[in-house]
Amino acid sequence: MSTLASSFSILAQPGVFVYLLRGVAFTCIISVLGVILGLILGSLLALARTYCKKGPARILGWLSAAYIELFRNTPYLLWIFVCVVFCPCPAFFARKMFGLTSVEMKLLFKAALALILFNSSVIAEIVRGGLNGVAKGQFEAGYAQGFNTAEVLLYIILPQAYRNIVPTLLSQVITTIKDSSYLANVATIELMARIRQLLSAAGTYNGLGTVNVSDVMVLFGTACVIYFIINFTLSCIVRAMQARRKKALVFAPAKAA
Amino acid sequence: MSGLFSWDAWATVWNHRESFLLGLGNTLLTAFSALVLAFAIGAVIGLMATSGKKPLKFIARVYVEFIQNTPLLLQLCFLYYALAFAGLSLGVIRTGIIALGVYTGAYMGEVVRAAIESVPKGQFEAAQAQGFNYLQRMGYIILPQSIPVMLPPMVNQVVNLFKNTSCLYIVGGADLISVTYSFVTGASTGGAYAPAYIVCGAIFFVVCFPLSTLATRWEASLKERKGKADPALRAVKRTALKEAA
Repeated sequence: MSTLASSFSILAQPGVFVYLLRGVAFTCIISVLGVILGLILGSLLALARTYCKKGPARILGWLSAAYIELFRNTPYLLWIFVCVVFCPCPAFFARKMFGLTSVEMKLLFKAALALILFNSSVIAEIVRGGLNGVAKGQFEAGYAQGFNTAEVLLYIILPQAYRNIVPTLLSQVITTIKDSSYLANVATIELMARIRQLLSAAGTYNGLGTVNVSDVMVLFGTACVIYFIINFTLSCIVRAMQARRKKALVFAPAKAA
Repeated sequence: MSGLFSWDAWATVWNHRESFLLGLGNTLLTAFSALVLAFAIGAVIGLMATSGKKPLKFIARVYVEFIQNTPLLLQLCFLYYALAFAGLSLGVIRTGIIALGVYTGAYMGEVVRAAIESVPKGQFEAAQAQGFNYLQRMGYIILPQSIPVMLPPMVNQVVNLFKNTSCLYIVGGADLISVTYSFVTGASTGGAYAPAYIVCGAIFFVVCFPLSTLATRWEASLKERKGKADPALRAVKRTALKEAA
């Protein structure tokens, strides 16, 4: 059992805790950015795909449909590879920041961009589901009040659509946190990569000179616990929200009658 | 755009088509085997979750929550390294099949649970009142009604499973993504980034697009049929028609 004790001693090393904590912070920041920016891009794509069906605007609808289907049907890792090779990184990001080297910052920028591009296609489909849930009469009512199309979308349609999809979007945050672990393939920035990095150096940290099964258990077990705490909290929130909505839905017809 | 318009780069990819096909073969093999495992796990977990027995429900819940709330990549690495350092290495493909099967199994379990729960409670009670035992109840009454509900989300899970085979790259797999990456970084073949990535993406797209489109259409048509059958919605339509008249 002495190997297990020395494996736990890895976590007690002074630098290790901070190193992992920063990894957790990066995981969260990347995921939140991925969802927020993905939501902006995804909303535009969803609007184009749902409403650009007539006249020359049709081309816009087709393009966004093509974009959505292309990214939805290919793996995220492919887009990380593509962005790492082809995406230029502005000079602003290519320098030392947040305790990362400039090379890591470049990779972070590119991988985060890949995440936003990939996420936007998934979120676009979620938003589209929300848009389809908004009654058609809302448009006509908006026009009748003298709003133009942009105003109708901004003030009437989108708020209702977003309200419908809040739980789904939160589950997408969970998915994104899990997907962010794919960054471990190209850089050591977020939690997953840092755990692997620690494992490869576990021999020097545990004082035994060798990496043992217990090191794997302790390190990956720690990562599992961290991911689980974050994601389980989110999924509990999602479920509570859905339960409340279901209740509201059950009672709504009674109120109407 | 490294090699997008270079004839040589495309020719290199064409000359190495066999390694791409090999990668695709590995990906298909992994995905298919994992799918079989996922179906088995999903059926068991789904039935446990709807069995109404507290301990079984609890086990199913814990399994689903644990698997769904941790990244697949972490589970795969955990399994792979734990086995490797314990001296029991199964090889990348077999480890990948287990990890992917266990991961997708949790999602399949949720699909099965949701589909069984979508069958009205009265159906269970009616079947029980007719003296059907558990197997008969499930086999004759519940599953025939829930399988059509199950299928579209299951197809979506198959698409996800196929895309998720890319996680094998982290442990040095020989699946399509890993083969593509070692092709573009290889000493003799390196540099043909654009053509290789396009080919790899196109293969994924060709497999996934028909499946995901099928799932979307299927789901929409199920919803429409359900909407037609829904008495509440029919009542609303009737009132609307009356008001119009």
